Amino acid sequence: MARLFEYQSKSLLKEKGIPIPRGGVAGSPDEAVKIAGEIDYPVVLKIQAWVTGRANLGGIRFAENADEVKRIAGELLGMKVKNFTVEKILVEEKLDIEREFFAGIIVDDAEKSPLVIFSSIGGTGIEEIAREHPESIAKSHVDPLFGFKDYHGRELARKAGITGKLIIKVGSVLSKLYNVMKSYDARSAEINPLALTKDGNVVALDCHITVDDYAVYRHPELGIEIAREFDRPATELEKIAYRVEKKDYRGTFYFFQMVEKVPPDGKHIGFHGAGGGGSMMSMDAVLNAGFKIANFCDTSGNPPASKVYRAAKIILSQPNIVGYFASGSGVASQEQFHSARGFVKAFLEERPEIPAVLRLGGNFEEKAIEILHTYLKELPAGVEGYGRDDSPDFCATRLKELVEKNGGKPHTPKPYSEYTPKEGEYSFETITGRIYIDHELCDKCETKGCVSECPKEVLKIENGRAVLNMDPEEVKKGKCTECLACEIYCQFHGAGGLHIVLPIPGLKEYRERILKEIKEG
Amino acid sequence: MSILIDGKTRVLVQGITGREGMTRTKLMKEYGTNVVAGVTPGKGGQEVHGVPVYNTVKEAIEHEGQIDAACVFVPAPLVKDAAFEAIEAGIKFLVLVPDRVPLHDTLEIAAFAKKMGARFLGPNTLGILSPGKAVLGMIGGRAQSAREWFRPGPVGVTSRSGGITSAISYYITKAGFGESTIVHVGGDAVVGLPHPEIVKLFQEDPETEVIVMFGEIGTTQEERVAELIEKGEVTKPVIAFIGGKAAKSGTRFSHAGAIVEGGRGTHESKVNRLKEAGAYVVDSFMEIPEAVKKVLKG
Ligand code: SF4
Ligand code: SF4
Repeated sequence: MARLFEYQSKSLLKEKGIPIPRGGVAGSPDEAVKIAGEIDYPVVLKIQAWVTGRANLGGIRFAENADEVKRIAGELLGMKVKNFTVEKILVEEKLDIEREFFAGIIVDDAEKSPLVIFSSIGGTGIEEIAREHPESIAKSHVDPLFGFKDYHGRELARKAGITGKLIIKVGSVLSKLYNVMKSYDARSAEINPLALTKDGNVVALDCHITVDDYAVYRHPELGIEIAREFDRPATELEKIAYRVEKKDYRGTFYFFQMVEKVPPDGKHIGFHGAGGGGSMMSMDAVLNAGFKIANFCDTSGNPPASKVYRAAKIILSQPNIVGYFASGSGVASQEQFHSARGFVKAFLEERPEIPAVLRLGGNFEEKAIEILHTYLKELPAGVEGYGRDDSPDFCATRLKELVEKNGGKPHTPKPYSEYTPKEGEYSFETITGRIYIDHELCDKCETKGCVSECPKEVLKIENGRAVLNMDPEEVKKGKCTECLACEIYCQFHGAGGLHIVLPIPGLKEYRERILKEIKEG
Repeated sequence: MSILIDGKTRVLVQGITGREGMTRTKLMKEYGTNVVAGVTPGKGGQEVHGVPVYNTVKEAIEHEGQIDAACVFVPAPLVKDAAFEAIEAGIKFLVLVPDRVPLHDTLEIAAFAKKMGARFLGPNTLGILSPGKAVLGMIGGRAQSAREWFRPGPVGVTSRSGGITSAISYYITKAGFGESTIVHVGGDAVVGLPHPEIVKLFQEDPETEVIVMFGEIGTTQEERVAELIEKGEVTKPVIAFIGGKAAKSGTRFSHAGAIVEGGRGTHESKVNRLKEAGAYVVDSFMEIPEAVKKVLKG
């Protein structure tokens, strides 16, 4: 779930007609002073971060005049809370509060429908209040084909003990909140507290909204950078990974770091799963073997070799990991040799000095394992492939043995490099990259096997040289599936004329930065 | 017997001319599924692996007669439209394969299906397979593998993870048993036929003697299965494994969620509830075949 900050959530409420305090968001003390000047003192300043209990962390402060605003804003901006560095603060009018309520909507998986919850007691400690005062809480499921109307809201307010004219205002806030939820594809939306002010208005004082990852594409206006659930801002490497996923709709690629900087404790490994359940089972196995996990990664849903390749390159960008473990369910329905080729290309480029255990059980696993063992046998610390009859526990223990044999040597990423073609070298675009063919090398090639390796008949031989066998537009649209078969064949059994370049934007700069950091200690 | 499908089920494939639609139609046909028609708007008149393609679901029904099940392979943003079309045309069982279907779309599909008396698996499902009879979706990947990996037998398999669905069933077959039906309920938070519904169907199925369930953290599905066992609605032995012990427990932000779920959804809660109810909860995935053996051989 992509989380929105309080100020973003509130702007959605406002747009649908739910009253919020006057104010605005500031990224500098001067901006804060300017916003405060447009409303009346005292004002409240609130850090914008995905943490609960901001008040206790000193993240909610009050100011009586411009000087105080400037000073406090200076203290709050840049403040570190949990995994967060505060970049923005919300500056708002301080209201006189009479009473606090709670309003929230979630999706109830059992009923397969949204559930609107209203409590006539709200504020901090709402979960305990719910336990101790069940009578103050009213809930109602929504028929998504019909919606949640004002009168539904009024009925809910009444059931929670609200009386008189207040019922109208509360009811309308509830139906508008549902409107926000539906319009912005939220998975959850909650206002806590929803306040009744001394002058009789019902105002949303704080608000949390999470947006459905799968529907973020419908809402470019929300400017969500990574449509994934995080309890902290994304790391640079995660952003790089997310851009890869966004550009390539084939299969799923998910990457996040358990630790942003892997400590040199000899315990952390790079983890590469396939499929949710298989990944969890495999993670359990590596943890049981005494390892720690540096990152979680999942490439599944029949991903092309190019995606697995990019995932492996990103995982191998983490210094200090001591091993690489890939394992899915063990009985995958996809053709596993595609993943195998992705690993081969990445590992040959990176030549990691740490061992790897790659469990590629499933369709055509024999071929997949053979590919790994044939082309990666030269790697110094060992790469072993396994299949469906080798359990995750066995594979994790095997990695442990290899890591020990390797003396627990930590990984150091290489500087990022890409193949540099000769001037005017023959080339064509694929869906996410480019294939280069050096025809002078083709002239020396005896096998010309790239052609028969290609399952899609993308290539043919003309005058002894490999060239396109079809319209370049078709190839670019996906006729070439980036299976990497031609390149691996050519490099090992041809004259080495064919190179596939699959860029990973941002990785070069990332590697430069971390290598510099390592050098400077 | 099997649940939800059998060898006679007349199947329609929506999105049959796409990359996945074509590949999976081949698998289904080769395995023996009775695929009678396909739909891709604008591509009516073509054929895919011998299956006639129509422009709309109603057109397919006009030409081919009754359809029992629809298998949906259209891109995620179009799933809602395709599902509504099938349900409105009177199809009573759907398999929604695509991943990344927006949650609110799923909710609308669920509401409409309920109104029309239809049921659906997914979204984000590998589908359902009944060994020797039929497969809807993509379990097994290739017909030849599916025949090797799964055999007819007394074990009903229901799983929340796609890959694990095949894995459990394969290890059960390897241990010398077979499966009545293999179901991937789908990986999303809200799915049409969650564990409790599938478990109830296995309870009614005379061929199924033992139920194997792969659960995961999140949602209340496994706890609701525990409730069914406690209430006596499910009396067949249930062997359960809950994945995700190691998963970092996400910081919970939704108070509303906590109020409703009240501590349900965690690994611990699921394991405890199932144990209390009398299910056989195994600690390691690889213990499942052993547990099946114990239950069946008594
Ligand atoms: S295998 Fe390589 S060198 Fe040989 S023809 Fe093909 S591309 Fe050229
Ligand atoms: S040209 Fe053919 S063999 Fe080479 S990557 Fe593309 S599809 Fe694979």
